Amino acid sequence: MNAALATSSQRVVVEDPMVPRSFVVTRTRQDTRDTATLWLTAMDGAPLAFEPGQFTMLQAYGVGEVPVSISGDPADDGVLQHTIRDVGSVSHALATAETGARLGVRGPFGVGWDVGTARGRDVVIVAGGIGLAPLRPAVLEICANRAAYGEVTLLYGARTPAERLFTDELPRWAAEHGVAVHVTVDRSDDSWRGPVGLVTGLVDRVVFRPELATVLVCGPEVMMRHTAAAFLDRGVAPADVRVSMERNMKCGIGLCGHCQLRELFICQDGPVLGYGLVASLLTQAEL
Amino acid sequence: MVANPVVDPAAGVAPGDDRTVDLTGLQTLIDVLAGRGYAVLGPVVKDGSIDYGPVRKVSDLPVGWGDEQAPGSYRLRRRDDDMIFGYANGAQSVKPVFFPASEVIWRGLRDAEGAVVPRREQHDEGPYAVVGVRSCDLHALGIHDTVLLGRRFADASYAVRRADAFVVAVSCSDPAGTCFCVSMGTGPRPTAGRGAPFDLAMTELLDATGHRFLLEAASERGVEVLREVGGRIADERDRSDAASVTESAVGRMGRWLDTEGLKDLLYASADSPMWDEVADRCLSCQNCTMVCPTCFCTDVEDVSDLAGDSMQRERVWDSCFDSQHSYLHGGSVRRTTKARYRQWMTHKLGSWIDQFGTSGCVGCGRCIAWCPAGIDITEQAAVLREES
Repeated sequence: MNAALATSSQRVVVEDPMVPRSFVVTRTRQDTRDTATLWLTAMDGAPLAFEPGQFTMLQAYGVGEVPVSISGDPADDGVLQHTIRDVGSVSHALATAETGARLGVRGPFGVGWDVGTARGRDVVIVAGGIGLAPLRPAVLEICANRAAYGEVTLLYGARTPAERLFTDELPRWAAEHGVAVHVTVDRSDDSWRGPVGLVTGLVDRVVFRPELATVLVCGPEVMMRHTAAAFLDRGVAPADVRVSMERNMKCGIGLCGHCQLRELFICQDGPVLGYGLVASLLTQAEL
Repeated sequence: MVANPVVDPAAGVAPGDDRTVDLTGLQTLIDVLAGRGYAVLGPVVKDGSIDYGPVRKVSDLPVGWGDEQAPGSYRLRRRDDDMIFGYANGAQSVKPVFFPASEVIWRGLRDAEGAVVPRREQHDEGPYAVVGVRSCDLHALGIHDTVLLGRRFADASYAVRRADAFVVAVSCSDPAGTCFCVSMGTGPRPTAGRGAPFDLAMTELLDATGHRFLLEAASERGVEVLREVGGRIADERDRSDAASVTESAVGRMGRWLDTEGLKDLLYASADSPMWDEVADRCLSCQNCTMVCPTCFCTDVEDVSDLAGDSMQRERVWDSCFDSQHSYLHGGSVRRTTKARYRQWMTHKLGSWIDQFGTSGCVGCGRCIAWCPAGIDITEQAAVLREES
């Protein structure tokens, strides 16, 4: 057979975004009962630069792969940090990975918070539960360039005081970087002296200029909807409210079809999207 | 609209290159393609349907076979003539040739330190020459080129298989009752510059004077192959007979889908009672998505040996009708059949246009014929239109 006649020269594929790079876990921290943070470094030594709000497809070899937002510092591309809540078989394997374990990493993928476009503006960051993890890189980037921003506020709602994340950092962001931090819990205990209730109950406390405010929201979909509505009520334009969406993802690169929300591929068009773009899609059940 | 990433090869092709051959010439075409190194695939009768399979001889092709298709029904039938391409279409388009239902993405072995080292699977099947691609399926192939190659990230294996393929498109002469390519602007005759690029367009002509095949070149490769095949230069009678075949096929479309404003209609109809009604009949069986030539959803599966020393990751076709398709911790986003049918139809006929600049439907009718409940997408669209 004269295969050479019919065959082009590009049949051997070297790069494929579906093939993971191997990373090694260099440090772990149990944050709460069900949530852990992993520090990972690439075995090939190449850096992994990312934008706050981007995610990777993180793989426990032989178990499976899930999308996980990056929770680390965007200024340090030598260390990949993920904060993972144990909610299923794959996230369990990831959240319980020990130092020295090898994990597969693809990415980073997706559109992030685009924090740079909020320079010169007031920034309100609203997190619910594990939603603080994808927002932490945005907070770190803002803190690193604090003078470029106006009023910066963090509203954080956790289920209980014990389930708060990054508890050592929150006071530092407040004290060292002038971030107004307000934390509320759904259910209090004896240790708690702060507010109790939904994070939307904190919106009235925020000092900001509605026409010059950028609001970044990450949490359960119902929380993001109510939070966005509260800021729209206070005069913020829908396009200035950004939410980070979560959907089933099998590829992270727009090919598998799982993450579609009508015309949007959440993995490529998002996960961070202007609320104006998704508001009507989020109020439609089971879309 | 996203441009088709596969370069249109038709530049520099002249009508004088076209040939007309007889049955012997058709065999020569198969031989020439095989001689040039292609694995030649064509329609063959398999499991009571027409499928693509290896073809070495004209007699491997479905000589004298036709089909009858209706909602929930597909039957091969014996024709009263020896037409070779006298059927409408089979259960599968050319999709599985380039986009297999299952394939290995990477394999990995644990090294001495216990680390898995993933190695990409090299796919070196083909190159394929596919004979008998219908115009509807050619448009579906063009859609897959856009979806899988024309965006930021490409499906690497698809790119490899697609790059070298030689495509012989065939005019449809006997459409089925489930066909509506005319209303979708996708057929019944392959047209250069529309749908995926192809190399040759074939029209089968069978009348009292004999069995002829008009072979029109649509690429430089096609011209080269025709020179080798030989045959006589196509004349005006061949061309006008071919035009008559197309005209006759156009007049015998079984169905019509009114696409005017369909995306907006679907977007505005998310709360329509039609979805409840169709969900009462829909079995969520996924057949429609498995036979659709444009459906591209996939899942990944990890397979490892018991010790976990060797593992592989496979990409497999998936369906938005599967409850796990939209699974997030805590449950699926689309829990009901109603929501899944709405997702499928709204995507296929509506949001696909926003995503890729074209409808996701090419009017092949397979989802109608292979639906065990006989649900008809053209009928469901008409119901929405009546309600609005």
